[in-house]
Amino acid sequence: MSGGVDSAVAAARARDAGHDVTGVHLALSRNPQTYRTGARGCCTLEDSRDARRAADVIGIPFYVWDMAEQFHEDVVDDFVAEYAAGRTPNPCLRCNEKIKFAAVLDRAVALGFDAVVTGHHARLGADGLLRRSVDLPKDQSYVLAVLTRAQLGRAVFPLGDSTKAQVREEAAARGLAVADKPDSHDICFIADGDTRGFLADRLGESPGDIVDGRTGAVLGRHGGAYAYTVGQRKGLDLRVPAPDGRPRYVLSITPTTNTVTVGPREDLAVDTVTAERPIWHGETTPVECEVQLRAHGEVARAVVTTDGDGLTARLRTPARGVAAGQAIVAYRPDPGGDIVLGSATITAGRMASPVAAHGA
Amino acid sequence: MAYLDHAATTPMLPEALDAYVAAARQIGNPSSLHAAGRGARRLVEESRERIAAVLGARPSEVIFTSGGTESDNLATKGIHWARRGADRRRNRVVASAVEHHAVMDAVEWLGSHERADLEWLPVDEAGRVSPESLSAAIEAYGDKISVISVQWANNEVGTLQPVHELAVLAAGAGIPFHTDAVQAVGQVPVDFAASGAAALTVSGHKLGGPVGVGALLLGRDVVATPLLHGGGQERDVRSGTLDTAGVVAFAVAVESAVKTQQEYAARVAGLRDDLVRRVRAAVPDAIFNGDPVDRLPGNAHFSFPGSEGDALLLLLDAQGIACSTGSACSAGVAQPSHVLLAMGADDGRARSSLRFTLGHTSTAEDVDELLAALPGAVERARRATAWKSPRQS
Repeated sequence: MSGGVDSAVAAARARDAGHDVTGVHLALSRNPQTYRTGARGCCTLEDSRDARRAADVIGIPFYVWDMAEQFHEDVVDDFVAEYAAGRTPNPCLRCNEKIKFAAVLDRAVALGFDAVVTGHHARLGADGLLRRSVDLPKDQSYVLAVLTRAQLGRAVFPLGDSTKAQVREEAAARGLAVADKPDSHDICFIADGDTRGFLADRLGESPGDIVDGRTGAVLGRHGGAYAYTVGQRKGLDLRVPAPDGRPRYVLSITPTTNTVTVGPREDLAVDTVTAERPIWHGETTPVECEVQLRAHGEVARAVVTTDGDGLTARLRTPARGVAAGQAIVAYRPDPGGDIVLGSATITAGRMASPVAAHGA
Repeated sequence: MAYLDHAATTPMLPEALDAYVAAARQIGNPSSLHAAGRGARRLVEESRERIAAVLGARPSEVIFTSGGTESDNLATKGIHWARRGADRRRNRVVASAVEHHAVMDAVEWLGSHERADLEWLPVDEAGRVSPESLSAAIEAYGDKISVISVQWANNEVGTLQPVHELAVLAAGAGIPFHTDAVQAVGQVPVDFAASGAAALTVSGHKLGGPVGVGALLLGRDVVATPLLHGGGQERDVRSGTLDTAGVVAFAVAVESAVKTQQEYAARVAGLRDDLVRRVRAAVPDAIFNGDPVDRLPGNAHFSFPGSEGDALLLLLDAQGIACSTGSACSAGVAQPSHVLLAMGADDGRARSSLRFTLGHTSTAEDVDELLAALPGAVERARRATAWKSPRQS
């Protein structure tokens, strides 16, 4: 129970369903004040109090579990290391994978609980399939697709059939004070939302070149490649304008040479995405499906092939801004909610020979 | 349900509750000059006399406060400020390493904010301060010490401190000695004058009185700078309208607790000894913490190696048993107890501990309930810890 409206309503629904529910708030920092303050966070003392108050109203026991060490190791350190390696991590996904449905779940099971209930917006029905929420803009299946079958077998998502608006309404009807608490959007462990400053504090200044992807010409300098994300356009601060006067985008980051490569928008396009460490739920491949390449990103039709330790997606239409470190999640469109087929961590995107040559 | 957390708070005594309700029905500010005010004043002063009489103090030495935390802060900060104000060389505060946070954090603050020098007296494996360590501190810094504070009994592991010996050493050097007796009054004999202390903290809700009222017994000739400025109601050292009903109920509770202390202690120590014996039989590797003999009658404190106290607490709570990890919380997260660490326990043992405290409503059935649930809870909590170990290595 983060102290937000979703987990509060999820807990209430689980209890109403007849389960013996205990509320758990995760303390993710040894010193809670160092994480975000204010109403939008998920790790502050205020959030902890909100969660406790919600548990009181629902009528369930409530405890704070200290997961600071695991969170720091598996999420925060990983976040920094991934940026240092030129990749763009998704810490919410990592938290689900390593904390909520690993450290917390393991401890809960050992203590005699059967499952972890969260307020994620996703559907997980009796068929065991993970599906998108009915509320597509709030859908969180992308950051849950990393869960294995065993983890999903111990997960309960009571909110997947409701829109966020319905959840808020229900919270108000239940007398939960968090009913109109603002959503959290940013990364919970970066207090001021300044990811670049957070990384600079940990990785230090590391100046390098910004080069033109086509000519190799040095266009400017950067203070640390970790501050850049593939697809980024703003904040490049290039003194030399592009010859055609059009905006330039970050195409890639190369940690070995500490180089940020930029180019025109069309050079961002990729039609082939490779990924590692797949979690795949049994569908035989190659399979024609849809893929999502970043949180809240648009979906693309693709043919996905998996082998033991890798996944390749050939996109029907090129996508832009595909960043290594993000997840690729494959979905089968379904009227009952698109079904998650699997997920993997993107290692590279490239433009192969013309798309038509790869027709299925 | 078995309530085994009397050291956190204990139910109000029926006579204290009745006295509270009766006094709360009356109008009157004890500082007012009219008849209603005089009526309230009379209740307050009679209460002061009752407390003084049973605790070996003069009525003028009873300063009513909002409770243990305020009394501890007033004694440590107030006496330090006053003594340092009189002589700037007196800038060293001495306290034991196992104080309650109300003393420890006040002293820490004097160090970090007021630039006082701090001296923490170590404890032995039982959690006991040795008079030799205080002698050494006095010998080293004698005229530079502003105040010395050592609790009467430890709130976590229940160990009784050699308060009289320590107070005599302090008095010999002319240094005011404060003792936090919040856990002691009503549990063991406490006599302010005989103890030799200059200041003593007592709290209402730990002995059957209401929450939100307590006292600092402050020797007549001990000067303390106030924390709270205002009307100067309490000997000009503490301001704020007196809580007449709270004070009346507090006095009734103190009187009852002190007068029945002997038979109470015998009965509760019997239950406690039974609890300890049965816990050790059920969980043979449990470590019984604190002094085995010189301890509070209602306190049983154990470490259960290989488990985490907060997991045990959750599992026992689910079976209707209320106990405590005994240590301070930060945002609800249990920190390893500074008391156990000071006693030489490692982090794991400190985190694996649970405190069971009995009180005036405790029964043999409470102990039975605990023993019915505890072995299974320990076994399960150990399994919950097991998964963590490989990741930590």
